Amino acid sequence: MSTFIGDWHALAILFVAGVIPNQIWRMLGLWFGGGIDENSELLVWVRAVATAILAGIIAQIVVQPPGALASVPDWLRYGAVAAGFVVFMLARKSIFAGVIAGEIVMIAGKYWLG
Amino acid sequence: MALPPLDSPQWHTSFRAFLWGARSIGATVLTLVLFATYLGIGALAHDSGFSLGWTLASTAFVWAGPAQIIVITTLGSGATVLQSAIAVTVSAIRLFPMVVSVLPMMRTEQTKRRHLILVAHLTAVTLWVECFRFLPQVPRNRRIAFIHGLGLGLVSVCLIANTIGYMLAANLTPLFAAGMLMLTPLAFLFSTARNCRELADVIALVLGLLLFPLAAMLNSGVDILVSGVVAGTIAYAVHRARAGIVGARA
Repeated sequence: MSTFIGDWHALAILFVAGVIPNQIWRMLGLWFGGGIDENSELLVWVRAVATAILAGIIAQIVVQPPGALASVPDWLRYGAVAAGFVVFMLARKSIFAGVIAGEIVMIAGKYWLG
Repeated sequence: MALPPLDSPQWHTSFRAFLWGARSIGATVLTLVLFATYLGIGALAHDSGFSLGWTLASTAFVWAGPAQIIVITTLGSGATVLQSAIAVTVSAIRLFPMVVSVLPMMRTEQTKRRHLILVAHLTAVTLWVECFRFLPQVPRNRRIAFIHGLGLGLVSVCLIANTIGYMLAANLTPLFAAGMLMLTPLAFLFSTARNCRELADVIALVLGLLLFPLAAMLNSGVDILVSGVVAGTIAYAVHRARAGIVGARA
């Protein structure tokens, strides 16, 4: 059981850093919903910043990869993302087709490199 | 899978409606995308040094893919709790308009606010999209039960995916472990690209990708926030400038 949970400190940090700052917006929506226009200027800015933060996270995983992903050369990781994106667009924005294509390019490339 | 007609006795009890909701996870390709995403999150959590219990708790209590990868990536790379919390809360603001737009679809005269707490918790982009698709086929007084079934069904799928991803990352050859870790950026890149509704969203996505490597050179510890706020604000400025030009012409 102790290895399943790990240390309780990490779990407490999850609540402070992850659960509360995330959940607060759902609860605000529940309490104050109704009077907010989804197309208001403030929400356009917020959505743009949120999208850019998520894009930054995506870039971080690809540019500064964790664990096993670091064993794949830079150019192959970037190439796999690019190939996935091309297929995503060609397949009329199918998320699944894009993911599969990116994975095939990266795994085949890494396998070929040995 | 087709849902029963609105006047069917199948809808007479909340429990039946709950089961129909849970079964509906089989009727959407988004379940497959979620499965792949959470497989990747499980692998990412493993390689970033978190326990399986921690990973499952993050899925059950956060229930928002972007927030989860932000917590895992930032804490895993040594950011402070405050830096993570700020990045998470900015990413989570989008949940506010989603909750606001979903709840009126299931409110009835008798609905109390506390009946909607679990629905609000389960609201994330997948459920939000599916509400618009499924709810017109569900009698209004059974919609909360149906969404509880659908949402908890999706959470269960993701908990299973997390566990499989975590176990596989621990035991796979480096080649396939790398493949699992790559699921997260690919799935999020394409689902974000698909959700771009306005020019501002597209610019934010592209600039956000390009500016992060630059911001990372600052080594500020808040690189993600720096690139996110700068890229997002530029995107918003372009949106405003364009609206101004269109407005001036009109």
